[in-house]
Amino acid sequence: MENFFLEETSKTPKLSFDVSTGKFLMSGRSIPENSIEFYKPLFEWLDEYVKKPCPKTSFDIKLEYFNTSSSKCLVEIFRRLEKVTDGEVVINWFYEEDDEDMQESGEDFKELINIPIIMNVIEN
Amino acid sequence: MSYKGNANGDLLNNLMDVVQVKLAEVEPKSNIKKRVFHILVEILQNIYHHYGHITIDDFSDKESVTFVLAKTQGDYYIITGNYILNEEMPALKAKIDLINSLSSEKLKQVYVETLGNGVISEKGGAGLGLIEIARKSGGKLFYEFRLYNNHLSFFSLMVKIPAALPAAAKAK
Repeated sequence: MENFFLEETSKTPKLSFDVSTGKFLMSGRSIPENSIEFYKPLFEWLDEYVKKPCPKTSFDIKLEYFNTSSSKCLVEIFRRLEKVTDGEVVINWFYEEDDEDMQESGEDFKELINIPIIMNVIEN
Repeated sequence: MSYKGNANGDLLNNLMDVVQVKLAEVEPKSNIKKRVFHILVEILQNIYHHYGHITIDDFSDKESVTFVLAKTQGDYYIITGNYILNEEMPALKAKIDLINSLSSEKLKQVYVETLGNGVISEKGGAGLGLIEIARKSGGKLFYEFRLYNNHLSFFSLMVKIPAALPAAAKAK
């Protein structure tokens, strides 16, 4: 299976999902009108990945902001990663020091998702 | 700044770009800048999703969206106006009234529950937009419906984003 990679645009994030190292990255902003359409290929990729995951999957999320339909898609992504039973999965949630909104979003996901979400402050 | 025109995707995109440049000029605090932009995106995309199922015949050449972003004494105001189908009015009104009746703690709870359970509609809406707008602005959603004709009403919405961060966002 191939790595999943997409360059960042003004409305969609950079997606870099490495199948051989288990290092995943999502960065930038995610505000497409149709988030499902944008994330569908990633959902399909993850459906394959979770069948044979790396011993450790480390998912870094460094978003500037995202719209509510993207937050739904993030839940979809996390639900897929919850299915990994023969490997460790960790989500690293990054937010800028003064960005309470992004911090709060990370806390929201913590309440919903059964994967460790580690909060990381980016100092300004 | 203000805008009056059609609600198609490209124009709303351009509008977001212009607002972003403008905000960079007038707002020194990056967290406030982000919050205003975030709320604006939700409001415009809400309109975009609603506009999607109103047929062109209803509009003819009519300008369909009005948008104002104003800053006074550090507080931001986003005011929008757009046409909606009359039959959608009761549900939208009920939803806003419900959101306005909730405390900030309850809003957070409803948000997280909806995020975890709800499905995404065909139009691409997650049912979270208005909840998020209320939550992040920390205040009430001011609105008005005006009957335009047998099919359409004009819906205006005003959101105030205070210069000081609302307590809801500070509380964990």
